[in-house]
Amino acid sequence: MWQNFISELNRTMHEMVGSLGRFLPRFLEMLALAVIGWLIAYVLKALVRSALKLTRFDKLSEHTGATPLLRGAALPSPTEMVSRFVFWVAWLGFILIGINALGIVGLEEHVSSFFGFLPRLFAGLFILFFGLLAASFFSRAALLSGVNADLPSPRLISWAVRTMIILFVVSMAFEELGIGSHTVIVAFALTFGSLMLGFALAFGLGGKELARKYLERRFGREQPPNERAHEHEDELSPL
Amino acid sequence: MPETSILSDDFVRELINVGEVDILVGVPTYNDGATVGQVVQAVRAGLLQYFPRERAVIINADGGSRDGTQDLVRAASISDLSVAPDIRALRTLHSISTRYEGGPASGIALRTILAAADLLQARACAMVAPDSPTLEPNWIERLLRPLLRDGRDLVLPVYRRHKFEGLLIRNLVYPMTRSIYKCSVREPYPADFAFSGTLGSRFLAQDIWTQDQGRYGTELWLTLSAIVERCKVTQSFLGTKTRSESGPADLVKAMRESAGVLFGSLEANFAAWSSPREPLEAPCVACEPTVSLEHSRLNRKRLYQMFAFGVSELEPVFLSILSSPTHEALKRLAKLPEERFSYPEELWVRTVYEFAAAYHKAVIGRDHIVQALVPLFRGRAFTFLTENRDASADQVEANIESLCQAFEQQKPYLLEVWNGRK
Repeated sequence: MWQNFISELNRTMHEMVGSLGRFLPRFLEMLALAVIGWLIAYVLKALVRSALKLTRFDKLSEHTGATPLLRGAALPSPTEMVSRFVFWVAWLGFILIGINALGIVGLEEHVSSFFGFLPRLFAGLFILFFGLLAASFFSRAALLSGVNADLPSPRLISWAVRTMIILFVVSMAFEELGIGSHTVIVAFALTFGSLMLGFALAFGLGGKELARKYLERRFGREQPPNERAHEHEDELSPL
Repeated sequence: MPETSILSDDFVRELINVGEVDILVGVPTYNDGATVGQVVQAVRAGLLQYFPRERAVIINADGGSRDGTQDLVRAASISDLSVAPDIRALRTLHSISTRYEGGPASGIALRTILAAADLLQARACAMVAPDSPTLEPNWIERLLRPLLRDGRDLVLPVYRRHKFEGLLIRNLVYPMTRSIYKCSVREPYPADFAFSGTLGSRFLAQDIWTQDQGRYGTELWLTLSAIVERCKVTQSFLGTKTRSESGPADLVKAMRESAGVLFGSLEANFAAWSSPREPLEAPCVACEPTVSLEHSRLNRKRLYQMFAFGVSELEPVFLSILSSPTHEALKRLAKLPEERFSYPEELWVRTVYEFAAAYHKAVIGRDHIVQALVPLFRGRAFTFLTENRDASADQVEANIESLCQAFEQQKPYLLEVWNGRK
């Protein structure tokens, strides 16, 4: 009996040492990948930071409204944020490759799904960035047009344009990422639909005079003399 | 002649039938049926009366009028003229009307006319506005004579205008052009002007025709480029210019065509204006007082209200464009009651220069920068109207001169903000 116990213990010890002998090189491989990955990620971060500084990315982000948003949340500049993001994604990628090398059953699937998710993550961020840029551009265009056309509440119009575009963009980005896509689409459709209905009612009820004037101007119908006289009174001759 | 490719086959055929000419008069039109007949008649009379020996052609480039403008031009071109009993045409006076693609755009019309002038090898070319009911036959003589007799390159008009007309020209384009490019031309954005065939070919060879300045504000761009190239510029007094009554003025469009083009030219010609240069003389032929004082009905109150409204509503935009002191000064100004409101010259000049620098740096979309200047211009226009309400012609001239001096004195500030130091 004692002999049996000793031989089982020896066998177990041998197996353990054998497993350790097989695991240790893989673990060292993972550590090496993590270290090499860190170095590559660091170099990538520096490269991305330089490239973004050269292309005045912070300025572009200022236009999108992203910079004020980050500043408000006490976060670093967009250049810093993007370069850090690239660093972490690259390093995490190397760490996951290393973990994959350990050969732990079940982890491989998660690692490959992470790499499968990366293109969608980048596409989502791309959509978000250019969507914010478009929201900023069109809301400013609406604000300027509203002010120059002497419309009431141009800031409200500008805010509405911005909100609608951001809603649209966020729902697109979430759909791309596959996060609660149905809920987001339904929420977006409801919000967008109700906003449009609200505007249609507001314009139809409150702005019928404005609509009439616009259509008359657009399609060239003669205006009553009293209105024309008023317009001439206001008219500047700039050139 | 690669530029002939923009001309339609039929138009080229008509031009070939005309053959070489000495004088070409271009009339760009778009829905100008109310006035164009009268204008073409006056042009014809001017050519027959003052240039009976020269081979001449009138070319109408139309942007797709729906009011029969082209028919009216053709009718006016064949109607009998009674200039004077002893005046007979020695040569056939040709008239051609063509419709250009991609219109309406004054720049495309101008390009079409330039291409035609190039093809016909015209020695002198005049452009006349189709909406000038006051155009007289002697305008043609005054525009073309300095080119043919004195060998000048470019003839710009000087008009007698109401003191409250051309406010953007008087408050921005003229003083800024004068101070930046060192050339005192009263109408840098001319409606009626003339140029030599050689200069016309150089205009045509510019690479602007596919860009914005090749569609709108092209006349201003070409004038500035002629000044930068130190061409021989002359100004000719034409007479009274009245605005057309076709509809309310679109201030945003006017701002794009004038300030937008002027700001764009600063970037293209930085080397020319940033270093010291001798002023370019632009003598004025037969000049007379340029300001008239008839009664005018302008709603100043609305200008003031739109200025104050614009300053408060556009704050996020101005934060990107203006320096803090200028922005603060404007906000203080917008809080003043109407009777105490005054947009001082120095502040206006500083505002314009900061806008020019912001345009150069493209701190936001360039078109948005130009649009944001509109409400501020309304404030300046209010002050101009108030200051000159009871002013004589001489006082108005003195006020414009004072503004020009302010633009000149603050030119170093433009360089400072241009280079990023506020």
